[in-house]
Amino acid sequence: MNVPHIVGVSVPRKEGRDKVTGAARYVDDMVLPGMLHGATVRSSVPRGKIKTISFGPAVDWNEFVVVTAKDIPGKNCIALILDDQPCLAAETVNHPEEPILLLAHADRHKLRKAVEAISIEYDPLPSIHTMEESERQSTIIWGTDNTLKSYLVEKGDVDSVWKDAAHIVEGQYLTGAQEQLYIENNGVIASFDPEHGVTVWGSLQCPYYVHKALMALCGLGEDKVRVVQMETGGAFGGKEEYPSMIAGHAALLAIKSGKPVKIIYDRMEDMVATTKRHPSRTRHRTAVSKDGKILGGEIEFTIDGGAYATLSSVVLSRGTIHAGGPYYWPSVRIRTKAVATNTPPHGAFRGFGAPQSLFALERHMDRIAEVVGISPIEIRKRNFLKTGQTTTTEQTIKENIDLHRLLDRALELSGYHAKKKRFAVENKLGKRKKGIGIAAFLHGAGFTGSGERYLNSLVGVEAGPDGIVRVLVSSAEFGQGTNTVLCQIAAEALGLPYENVAIAQPDTTVVPNSGPTVASRTAMIVGKLVQSAARGIRQTLSKTGLLGDNYTPEQFSSACAKYVATHGPLKSYVRYESPGDVYWDDAKYRGEAYAAFAWAVYIAEVTVDLTTYSVTVDDFVALQEIGKVLNPVLAEGQITGGVAQGIGFALYEKVIWQNGRVLNNQMTNYIMPTSVDLPPIRVFFEELGNVHGAHGAKGIGELPMDGPAPAIVNAVEDATGVRFNSIPLLPEDLFEALQRESHEQDVFSTVRGTA
Amino acid sequence: MSSSAEKSAKCQVSFLVNGKETKLLAHPMERLLDVLRNDLGLTGTKEGCGEGECGSCSVLLDGMLVNSCLVPVAQANGASIVTIEGISKHELMSPLQQAFLECGGAQCGICTPGMILAAVHLLEKKPEPALADIREGLAGNLCRCTGYMQIFEAVAKAAQRRVAK
Amino acid sequence: MRADPSDYKLVSPGNLQAVLSLLASEPAQWLPIAGGTDVMVLYSAGKLPNRQLVNLWNIPELRQIEISPDAIRIGAACTYTMLRLHDIISREFPLLVTAASWTGGIANQNRGTLGGNIANASPAADSLPALLVYDAELTLVSVRGERRVSYRTFHTAYKRTALAVDELIRDITLPRRFSEYFSHARKVGARNAQAISKVCLAALGQTANGSIRDVRLALGSVAPVPLRLDETEKLLIGNRIEPSLVIAARKAVMNEIRPIDDIRSSARYRSAVAANLVAEFLEKLAVEGTHQ
Repeated sequence: MNVPHIVGVSVPRKEGRDKVTGAARYVDDMVLPGMLHGATVRSSVPRGKIKTISFGPAVDWNEFVVVTAKDIPGKNCIALILDDQPCLAAETVNHPEEPILLLAHADRHKLRKAVEAISIEYDPLPSIHTMEESERQSTIIWGTDNTLKSYLVEKGDVDSVWKDAAHIVEGQYLTGAQEQLYIENNGVIASFDPEHGVTVWGSLQCPYYVHKALMALCGLGEDKVRVVQMETGGAFGGKEEYPSMIAGHAALLAIKSGKPVKIIYDRMEDMVATTKRHPSRTRHRTAVSKDGKILGGEIEFTIDGGAYATLSSVVLSRGTIHAGGPYYWPSVRIRTKAVATNTPPHGAFRGFGAPQSLFALERHMDRIAEVVGISPIEIRKRNFLKTGQTTTTEQTIKENIDLHRLLDRALELSGYHAKKKRFAVENKLGKRKKGIGIAAFLHGAGFTGSGERYLNSLVGVEAGPDGIVRVLVSSAEFGQGTNTVLCQIAAEALGLPYENVAIAQPDTTVVPNSGPTVASRTAMIVGKLVQSAARGIRQTLSKTGLLGDNYTPEQFSSACAKYVATHGPLKSYVRYESPGDVYWDDAKYRGEAYAAFAWAVYIAEVTVDLTTYSVTVDDFVALQEIGKVLNPVLAEGQITGGVAQGIGFALYEKVIWQNGRVLNNQMTNYIMPTSVDLPPIRVFFEELGNVHGAHGAKGIGELPMDGPAPAIVNAVEDATGVRFNSIPLLPEDLFEALQRESHEQDVFSTVRGTA
Repeated sequence: MSSSAEKSAKCQVSFLVNGKETKLLAHPMERLLDVLRNDLGLTGTKEGCGEGECGSCSVLLDGMLVNSCLVPVAQANGASIVTIEGISKHELMSPLQQAFLECGGAQCGICTPGMILAAVHLLEKKPEPALADIREGLAGNLCRCTGYMQIFEAVAKAAQRRVAK
Repeated sequence: MRADPSDYKLVSPGNLQAVLSLLASEPAQWLPIAGGTDVMVLYSAGKLPNRQLVNLWNIPELRQIEISPDAIRIGAACTYTMLRLHDIISREFPLLVTAASWTGGIANQNRGTLGGNIANASPAADSLPALLVYDAELTLVSVRGERRVSYRTFHTAYKRTALAVDELIRDITLPRRFSEYFSHARKVGARNAQAISKVCLAALGQTANGSIRDVRLALGSVAPVPLRLDETEKLLIGNRIEPSLVIAARKAVMNEIRPIDDIRSSARYRSAVAANLVAEFLEKLAVEGTHQ
């Protein structure tokens, strides 16, 4: 059957037409009859005991639905991993903006005034706000020692490498919090009736996470909770776990009132109350040979988890596994921990720990190069992993990745050598210094180790009597192209036109649990299951003699019609099966951490303006090996969008804290790049395939987040000679560092005579 | 005469919305954004920030691009408003929307209505924009998903096609 | 959205006299709103104390631009877009038009007005330094008549102005004396668009026979009000632009300004950058400022 390829082609986005016509329905576009609006009353202190809650006299409280922790039918927690985070604070609060009670009313404006009319008194408790304070353990705010989780990875014999080291290179690297800043704020609508239970429509990534959380919170069985994902206006991890909280709130109000309740955050509330990227601190101590080979090292990686454990253990895990980057470490000890502070819990954000530890590593590699006296190119080439070698967790690299060649190609694409020569000359004069920097890295796709087995994803494909095929997955589209790519895969597997395949809106009463839409797993792992399930439809039709090996779409349709008339629904389900040769030891953190790594080299060219101390990225090359490009336009869009967020992470996006509360919780003061701030972002792909991924694809959603920050800061050091080891790197920071180093050029030397 | 404790009366607002004569009663300080979405059911215009920073709420008011979250509806009285729903009506699928689809200009789609309005406004003022013009024309519309590259391509492509016609 | 629209009045008298009568009859009760790009942000955040507003958006008398041989009069409700599109303003007052192009994005330029920017009196406003160096004059009107004030005297303290409680800015007059000046503006913000300035310079200069004949410097975001650098100017006028003069000018700038630490930036950074911007201007003036 001669079917033109659909996978690998830039077919238009499946839901694209609705998006460009304004027809796409996001949760705030939806209204239900009799609907109330809901709002959250939050803590104004970072830690304390709730003493009194007063309801102001000017409000008629009989008009309002009021929910406190006492109203929770099930367990007062947001079920996730450790279940330590309450849905509503009962006696104690542990972070600013912690939810305490909920109100609902039909009139949104009365509702807001009611929120303001509630005053809460606290007995404050000592609070802690930095990793260092948490480590000191003079105030314990979580568990017995403020440590939410820790890992230890040991390979080889680290204690023996120091004596033979020609160089011992140390460094400390810091990354700040980062706000996901999806343009659509968190929002949800919940309804309840005793017969159907709770239904929630929301802006979310993981319908089944919300489903699980609502079961526990509301004390309902799995058939009495229904979660539907609406069109979602950006997520980036910020809607991985948080929606369980807002959905829980709306559900509680719906249960108490018997009416549908809509909760939509405005930007100020979303920024101040929801999750951010974990701040991190990495300390490297590396033993290096005379010619720049890593003999071994110690890496200490610490992240700030905020007040509750939530996802910190998993973020820590990924940060831990990526801490050694794409290099060969004969020996290494990686000690990592997540510590608690009195801040709203930090959470998932694209990259999920890897951007933090990889920033440190790639800065550190340039430092090692400097100490050894070789170039940033050489230090990397001498230490790159080769096929057959093992990673820090002793995973053997089985594929034929040639990182030397990848680096060389990136250097060529960026014009690196010519630019270096030119900059050396140009930088002698003037107040604009140019620099160019490299970052080489990898990103593991899918859940770590046995994670995918634990997820046990189930995928369905259904063919209707009209021959239209529907993909049934809980994987959520939020811009990354899930709908499109999964339909492409199904269409190609069935030999049907792309237009004949649709994808069901994720609704837990309709679609099976194919796992959360996270960890860059969807195209790769869920895609492969979709492919199998689609083939399953063909097999069923073929086994019943209704369809041959080759057929037209019309023949397929009539086969479906016949099948459904005779046998009923035509569905095919496939469950994830762990590949036999994957070995992972959760206790020692050793083995095959990920089914596949994508590899990348990014190169950033910058100008540092010594008049304003600002850094502009002038050109950016993003070269990555990703297995297979399933849809070129979508894949490129993932990279450019991720690079833009990485540039923000490096140079613009600073969260300003005061005692655990975000001060700059408005778009005017939290700075993300606009259309006039970004360079041309030039994207290039290589395809080595991947046995574990659909059509050989690897995950790419998070990869582009890892490279930009270190590449940029490496470039800034190249331009100025000043070492910056902390991001975001704002002009004020650059200014202070230059003052300290007295590196400033004499600005008067450039006056070229007078008129 | 008037005490600040009194509630304000609603006022009659008459305007053209996507070419249609529209009359309604609204409090004069109701945001145009909320009137469009809630009173008129035109939910294509979005709220991203409520402070005129993100441009998701962009509409055309008498042919001018404005952030509807910053316009009191009383100031729109007598004006002609065009929203994303109105852009969609002009042709089966305008060249701009087609280009957005081909180039990947929309990912999550929440900024897209505002972005398309801004692009329409730009192309009306500058039918053959250079890249710098496109960047400037869209500088008030934040996109968190695309990094803007494919949006620029879409606008440039649409400009080329319109001029070629 | 943290305000209840039913708590607010917005009246539209439709002509200037009616607005002024209202302001006079109920002094300090009515907040004028033109394009709303400042007022509506406060309102939506629930931070607008005023409950009664009077609409200036539809007042034709406030939207005129009058050209006469010696001066240009810009109606207070002229938007930034109108300024940018005006041929003569673009040619003769480039600092103002450049500042207009920096103010927000296109959508905010279509609504933001020059008069609104002045009355809002934020020291960070982009167009205010330009008005200072262009010797702007404001016409303030009320039922009691009109008066002209030099813009230099208009800002009296942080967010306080010379406007009486019943007065409005009707127009801004710019003398047409600056076409022969070298002009230079630079804004430093957190990003290239949609940014509140950390430091903003508007500068005009003329050299003759190698010496500075005239120089006018104004900075935003470095003091409670937009600041004209009188002392620095005095130091510069009559002198040749040489390294020693530039060093002295940098010191003078840093002495004259009073920047603060705030959510956007630090006093030390602002100081250093302000001095850098003035030095950069002087270097450019040395090369390009030759005029008779």
